[in-house]
Amino acid sequence: MSAETVEKEIEKKPAEPLFSKRRKKLVTDPLVDENPITIQVLGICSALAVTTQMKPTLVMAISVIFVVVMSNFVISLMRNTIPSRVRIIVQLAVVATLVTVVSEILKAFAYDMYKELSVFIGLIITNCIVMGRLEAFALGNKPYDSMLDGFGSALGYSWIILTVAFFRELWGSGSVFGIPVFDYVSGIFGPDFQLATNGLMVSPVGAFIILGLIIWVQRTKTGYVEH
Amino acid sequence: MELFNLGIRSIFIDNMIFAYFLGMCSFLAVSKKVSTALGLGAAVIFVLTVTTPVNWLLNEFVLREGALTWVSGELASIDLTFLRFIMFIAIIAAMVQLVEMVVEKFAPALYGALGIFLPLIAVNCAILGGSLFMAQRDYTLAESAVYGFGSGTGFFLAIVALAAIREKLKYSHVPNGLKGLGITMLLTGLMGIAFMSFMGIDL
Repeated sequence: MSAETVEKEIEKKPAEPLFSKRRKKLVTDPLVDENPITIQVLGICSALAVTTQMKPTLVMAISVIFVVVMSNFVISLMRNTIPSRVRIIVQLAVVATLVTVVSEILKAFAYDMYKELSVFIGLIITNCIVMGRLEAFALGNKPYDSMLDGFGSALGYSWIILTVAFFRELWGSGSVFGIPVFDYVSGIFGPDFQLATNGLMVSPVGAFIILGLIIWVQRTKTGYVEH
Repeated sequence: MELFNLGIRSIFIDNMIFAYFLGMCSFLAVSKKVSTALGLGAAVIFVLTVTTPVNWLLNEFVLREGALTWVSGELASIDLTFLRFIMFIAIIAAMVQLVEMVVEKFAPALYGALGIFLPLIAVNCAILGGSLFMAQRDYTLAESAVYGFGSGTGFFLAIVALAAIREKLKYSHVPNGLKGLGITMLLTGLMGIAFMSFMGIDL
């Protein structure tokens, strides 16, 4: 974060273009090099439980993107008026309000999905990515930059949980987005060729192991080593 | 007997970590040493046992549909369920603050041990998750107290066990990319398989 404070000085002089290099970096950095899940170890809490199927995972990802971007925006607007002693409570109040909005929208327009996600929509409130970005970025930066930063982090989070969900649904239920891929495959090769699904993938254990392996692959590629 | 069964179920079968992934952040971050894991685990048990019944009271007498009937009959049709998230999190944050002050005043030694973990707990998913599950499953007051205590104990067992394994793990040769988070996720998966054996128990 120290780099941000240095760059703030330069920012003041001319009006910065809407998609300058620095701002693009805010969005692209959290995708791989600073990924919130695999590198920063944030936000694993509420999301893994919904990754048995692609569809609820996508809804969850969109909800998290909305909440992170909007809460970063709101907190960044208020950053000079919040006394630092009560900032956690203020942040929680803003985030909880946004999550309530998401939950009510889902209840009205996608009731089945609302039932399926049940308490996990509410648990976005305590998703560490939201609080982490508010604390680390939104409290010290301008609204537009904060929105971009939140968007980048939420995207980094989304692609990881969508990848986990892809493998869990494929190997656990033999389908992708509810399309029975395994049935099609055995349709092509004849009835003797059956692909078996693995019940372990549907259970929580599958999520832990798949995420562990994704982290391994990703860290080997980026060369990040934890000490 | 019902209550006892619920307690056992929330510790082992519906374990916060292995069945619902709640509280994963602190579970992964604070499990490097057994002594700190013990501190955080104890704080989670404590806060869950206090907040779940308090939130039950709030839900029963303020938020639930028709809950305000005890104020006057005219309010019987009011449904404040949509305020659940914001009220629960406010209660949790306030209770954590209160618990922190009480512990600091009356048990300085315990405060020294729990100190830094208490504020962290306000944003621990396991605490909010406990309250939301309690509201969703329509527990009674006694049940919600037992459930809070049980799921806290489940979290305690999981984090202490993981910390013990990770202390031993320092002496093993782990591939570079797997060090830290990677191997911990795989370990949690294996511990989850062990905990799955409890699922066969019918309570």
